[in-house]
Amino acid sequence: MDCNCEEAFWPADDLLMRYQYISDFFIALAYFSIPLELIYFVKKSAVFPYRWVLVQFGAFIVLCGATHLISLWTFAPHSRTVAAVMSVSKVLTAVVSCATALMLVHIIPDLLSVKTRELFLKNKAAELDREMGLIRTQEETGRHVRMLTHEIRSTLDRHTILNTTLVELGKTLALEECALWMPTRSGLELQLSHTLRTTNPMAVTVPLHHPTIIQVFNSNRAVAISSNSPVAATRPRTGKYVEGDVVAVRVPLLHLSNFRVGGWSDSGKRPYALMVLMLPSDSARRWHIHELELVEVVADQVAVALSHAAILEESMRARDLLMEQNVALDMARREAETAICARNDFLAVMNHEMRTPMHAIIAMASLLQETKMTPEQRSMVETVLRSSNLLATLISDVLDLSRLEDGSLDLDTRNFNLPTVFREVLNLVKPIASVKKLSVSLSMASDLPEYVIGDDKRLMQVALNVVGNAVKFSREGSVSVTVCLERPEYTRDPRSPDFCMVPSKHHCYIRVQVRDTGIGIKSQDLPKVFSKFVQKDSSLNKHFGGTGLGLAICKRFVNLMEGHIWIESDGLGKGSTVVFIVKLGISEQINEMDQRNSLAVHPTPVYSNFNGMRVLVTDDNGVNRMVTRGLLMRLGCDVTVVGSGRECLQVLSQPGQNFRVLFLDVCMPDMDGYEVANRIQEKFSSHERPLLVALTASTNRSTRERCLNLGMDGVLLKPISLDKMRAVLSELLEWGSLSDSPRR
Amino acid sequence: MDVAKLQQQHLELTQALFKEGFLDEQFTQLQQLEDPSNPEFVAEVSTLFFDDSQRILAELTKSLDGDPVDFKKIDAYVHQFKGSSSSIGAHRVKVGCTVLRTCCEEENREGCWQALQQVKQEFFLVKNRLELLLQLEQQILAEGGTIPFME
Repeated sequence: MDCNCEEAFWPADDLLMRYQYISDFFIALAYFSIPLELIYFVKKSAVFPYRWVLVQFGAFIVLCGATHLISLWTFAPHSRTVAAVMSVSKVLTAVVSCATALMLVHIIPDLLSVKTRELFLKNKAAELDREMGLIRTQEETGRHVRMLTHEIRSTLDRHTILNTTLVELGKTLALEECALWMPTRSGLELQLSHTLRTTNPMAVTVPLHHPTIIQVFNSNRAVAISSNSPVAATRPRTGKYVEGDVVAVRVPLLHLSNFRVGGWSDSGKRPYALMVLMLPSDSARRWHIHELELVEVVADQVAVALSHAAILEESMRARDLLMEQNVALDMARREAETAICARNDFLAVMNHEMRTPMHAIIAMASLLQETKMTPEQRSMVETVLRSSNLLATLISDVLDLSRLEDGSLDLDTRNFNLPTVFREVLNLVKPIASVKKLSVSLSMASDLPEYVIGDDKRLMQVALNVVGNAVKFSREGSVSVTVCLERPEYTRDPRSPDFCMVPSKHHCYIRVQVRDTGIGIKSQDLPKVFSKFVQKDSSLNKHFGGTGLGLAICKRFVNLMEGHIWIESDGLGKGSTVVFIVKLGISEQINEMDQRNSLAVHPTPVYSNFNGMRVLVTDDNGVNRMVTRGLLMRLGCDVTVVGSGRECLQVLSQPGQNFRVLFLDVCMPDMDGYEVANRIQEKFSSHERPLLVALTASTNRSTRERCLNLGMDGVLLKPISLDKMRAVLSELLEWGSLSDSPRR
Repeated sequence: MDVAKLQQQHLELTQALFKEGFLDEQFTQLQQLEDPSNPEFVAEVSTLFFDDSQRILAELTKSLDGDPVDFKKIDAYVHQFKGSSSSIGAHRVKVGCTVLRTCCEEENREGCWQALQQVKQEFFLVKNRLELLLQLEQQILAEGGTIPFME
């Protein structure tokens, strides 16, 4: 048998053969186990992109192993099958290994590039780490700043602010020393005011025009300065090797005026403080940019916090001052009030006490005048009377004035006839004027309203005072009084052009002008005329008498009537003119006299004669009965009078009574008008009974309402005038009730 | 004395009465009620007023003298008196009554006393003058003249 294998040429070299045999065996083993391992580990790993290569490689290795395994059989004489198998496996191995070789050409560069990428990523990671470290530092710095700011701004006390700043900065930046220099009062030097570590700062001052300081103040950034400069030499050198880096920054001291509207003006000398920061000596630390930025930010915050503190201080001071002033004012006010109360009490008492005997004197003197007396006695009594009248006037005047002054005087407004007031005034002065041979004239404009609303007594007092003065101070000539409605074209007081009149349809302004040909007034005395107690000339006082209060009171009254009073004079001996304007309400209420000419609420034809209409009058007062009866008889009524409620009911119960109207006095003893009315209403139906009119002297609303609620057809106020009675009866007949009472 | 002079006196007296506040418009009303059908109206009313008032004043004096003082009764009288005086137009009497009423409400005996004195005085004053006036009127009428009226 021939085989193509190599014969064992050295059959005797079994040892060599054996070695080959064993090596082949082990090779095959290794070759088989390697793919197993590969597969095992690749399976375990998550990422392995080259599976196909692995398969190839595995196949290659397996085939190599198979080859070596089969070669085990070729050491001994072997059959042709073995040889065939061996050839097959060798051929396969060759194919696969060539394929693998080709594949590796593609793969190995890829694998190598992975490595470079890995290196690149590692570098990147290192860089990012570095950067993150930096950011972290910055963020921490920012946190420090925020915390510092919070600390600084949470207090409004200057020293706390500054101390906190230094402490926190020291902590944050791990400084060796931190110092604050503030400008002195003179503003020419900087003085060390706060330090971090030095407990007893020496009272050091540094002039402002030191070059370092100028350099720092001119820049709004933190500036590095030499550790030899005077601001940095705050501690005694302890002989270390190297001083740490020093940095200084300016802190603007903001004033209140910096916050005014109009912007921040950088012009002008702004005071700055200086903050000096020193790094620890003997360390290799240098100032980083972010640290400098931190310092600048802190300096600004400190500036703001200090200004807030300053503002607060000022406002506290102002508030304390105000409180003091308030207390003082309050006390002053209370004192004033007490004084006023005391004065009012005094005046009230005096008024009463003085008036009572005054009136007694006047009354008795008047009575005495009526009796028979000798002429001397009569003249004595007249003197007594004159003097006491004057005294009474004086007392009244003083009381009025003081009441006017503190505003406790009120006007008694009511409806009154305007022309009458002036006519009466004239009547009162005519006697004196005729004695002095002065002619007094009154002219009233035709458009003057006849009835107005105001205080007629006081108006008369004013007019009387003014006209009286005119008469008093004129030795000869005339006094003319003109009354008219004020018009805008009339002359105004040259001294007070601000007096303005507010037109309204319910009010009118009346102008009264009193011109006399008397002694006149010097122009410089004109303003003083209305002052209290001032008479032009004390000689005048003796001559003409008077208290000097008259015009002052007039002025007050005129002011109360929302008017104005002034005096014009051309000079001494040229007479004077007093003008006063007062505001009066226009009367809408129609006086009885005018009812004929105007429309009443009920347009009623007014009868003059009631043709024997039967009327019953019930009043317990004899005089009233007679007067009412007279009134009604004049109007043509058939009047029956009774003196009590009972009689009234009696008369009404009589058969054949046909009274149209029943007048009932409400205030009667025994049975009053209300009860009578009730009884009548009970007894008679509303068509059978006479019309009921209550007579009362009370102006109370409640009386009136009570009567109307009881069903009365009207309420009349006593005393009644003829015209009122006429109108009332007319209305009753026409409408069955009075215009302001409910209809039947 | 001739009528003109009497009339002049009458006018002056009336004016004075009004000016001094003894009488007010109510009296004018009364005067207006006088006409040929009622020639003595004013005189009648005045006389009635005087008699009535004197009675009331006597009562008031008695009441105030009493012990204890019955202020309610006094108030009633004063109310009456006030009513009459206001009806006739005796202004000052009416005012005095108001004062007396206030004192009465306050139950102030001293005050009432003084006010009463005041009222009495006023009453007598107006009574005197009014009587004088009425006398003049009688004289004028006797002489055949007419009584002049105040506006």
